[in-house]
Amino acid sequence: MAEAIETAKVSSHLHPEGSFDVDAHVVPTGREEIWRFTPLKRLRGLHADAALDGTTVGAEFDAPEGVVVERIAADSERRGSSGFVPRDRIAVRAWHGAATAYAVTVPKETVLDQPVVIDLTGTSVEGASATHVVVTAEAHSKATVVFRYAGSATLADLAEFVVGDGAQLTVVNIDDWADDAVRAGTRHAQVGRDAEFRHVDVTFGGDVVRHDTTAEYAGPGGSVEMLGLYFADEGQHIEHRLFVDHTAPHTKSHVVYKGALQGEGAHTVWVGNVLIRKVAEGIETYEENRNLVLTDGCQADSVPNLEIETGEIEGAGHASATGRFDDEQLFYLRSRGVAEDEARRLVVHGFFNDLIRKINVPQIEEKLVATVEAELAKNVLKGLD
Amino acid sequence: MSTLEIKDLHVSVDTEDGAKEILKGVTLTIKGGETHAIMGPNGSGKSTLAYSIAGHPKYTVTAGTVTLDGEDVLAMSVDERARAGLFLAMQYPVEVPGVSVANFLRTAKTAIDGEAPKLRTWVKDVNTALEQLDLDASFSQRSVNEGFSGGEKKRHEIAQLELLDPTFAVLDETDSGLDIDALKTVSEGVNRFRAKEDRGVLLITHYTRILRYIQPDFVHVFVAGRIAEEGGPELAEQLEAEGYDKYTKVRA
Repeated sequence: MAEAIETAKVSSHLHPEGSFDVDAHVVPTGREEIWRFTPLKRLRGLHADAALDGTTVGAEFDAPEGVVVERIAADSERRGSSGFVPRDRIAVRAWHGAATAYAVTVPKETVLDQPVVIDLTGTSVEGASATHVVVTAEAHSKATVVFRYAGSATLADLAEFVVGDGAQLTVVNIDDWADDAVRAGTRHAQVGRDAEFRHVDVTFGGDVVRHDTTAEYAGPGGSVEMLGLYFADEGQHIEHRLFVDHTAPHTKSHVVYKGALQGEGAHTVWVGNVLIRKVAEGIETYEENRNLVLTDGCQADSVPNLEIETGEIEGAGHASATGRFDDEQLFYLRSRGVAEDEARRLVVHGFFNDLIRKINVPQIEEKLVATVEAELAKNVLKGLD
Repeated sequence: MSTLEIKDLHVSVDTEDGAKEILKGVTLTIKGGETHAIMGPNGSGKSTLAYSIAGHPKYTVTAGTVTLDGEDVLAMSVDERARAGLFLAMQYPVEVPGVSVANFLRTAKTAIDGEAPKLRTWVKDVNTALEQLDLDASFSQRSVNEGFSGGEKKRHEIAQLELLDPTFAVLDETDSGLDIDALKTVSEGVNRFRAKEDRGVLLITHYTRILRYIQPDFVHVFVAGRIAEEGGPELAEQLEAEGYDKYTKVRA
């Protein structure tokens, strides 16, 4: 496995200009830095001019007592309250196209012992849709919000997270789509003073799933943890673009994404951007992406970028590694009598295990292990390599 | 009585310059109850013999046979060999991140026995095996070989030997890198295994040190892919005094 550790300055593309004006974002050609990995032809026009008036994605909320869920108007001030400004054409189109927007509020000092579960289920790929959800965890609250995406859809969606001072918010996003779904999701978090924001991406289903996740800090002492687990099958495109913008001193970010790929044309993309601004003294950041290629014909692109504008930092690093099944691991396990398929299963479970433990949301842990198992059954256990 | 029989074994590896023959006709018979030491200088092919018996894909058998009680070992896959009763304690055990020792041992035991071990006795057996090798209880929660010290890796190999309980064990330089206390602990484990009925050991080593704790019945000197000399334990004493010079000089 090739390890890439570098802390040198890279040429910057980490200062994107946002705009709420659709025309300020030209239709991408695929040559742009932020689009160069994305199969635009398969986006069904989400990036161009497809109407976003579909009504095929239904939203259901299951919220514990104390949580306020409400529909909000297109001109509600809640929209954009995280400081979100669209930075690409899909995001700005979703902003203007979202027929329905929802606000989920965890009031001040409320501590939830059960997660808020939001099910977004699509019924057809015909008619592209746009949605917008704003989650606010007010000061010193503590909550977990789980978004579950399933079914068939063509969706451009926005999610904003406003994490109040001292609040702890965990967001889990599960893409468990049908094979024909296309989703381009844009999320933005604003992390308050001494607040903790954890974002977990679990991406399995869909034809094309592209996530753009950004975080910034509203005050010092905040921490961001972004975890991701993905499994791309034959022909599937799964893309995660992350951007942590250290806008305040003494903030932390920790990013770990792990993926497995199997089958002809499985393609994953991970772009991890971290910007440490001049003001952000005494910060710590680490980002890591690991990919396990299970069969021939897969492609894993992994691009960590770290830009540092101040010398006064506690620590900054990143790592990226993509490897195949390790023959020595398989030999070791098999030399103990473990059959090849079982050995492969052990290695893949092992690869994801520490991440699943780190996610630490008991309500979904079992589901995650089962989903990894189901993915393995598709291919690896048939003995392909 | 069980018999592991190696006859005229020739083994090659692929190199940049094509196939290179490492083993050039090795013949060796190990019976249940016997311990054979294979000694030899670096690069003589000792480890190649160990890995070839276990079925590592890097090594190609070009001629000869290996049979276990008459069954063709070379026709078996790696895991079939283990289930047939062969065990290789590796010189460099491999890390398997995220897979706990407990899970690994249970999975292996289930595979070897063809059924899951009884939970209550199994936990006790594992704890006993780890304890006897000076591995504390938290060890079973660690990932296999990940972050283990050299000594922990070797002790873990021998714990597996005792728990999986094969018929024949090949120990590939299990003594290398061990301090004297760890060497004694590991040797005691091997001796417990040897004390069982009808178990055979092929002990591969560069040094005579371990043979003070594990008395071999036969000693084979390995040079340039062949057995250059064979004898009883006294041969090890001779090697201790004289080293391998005698054999390597012949080659020159």
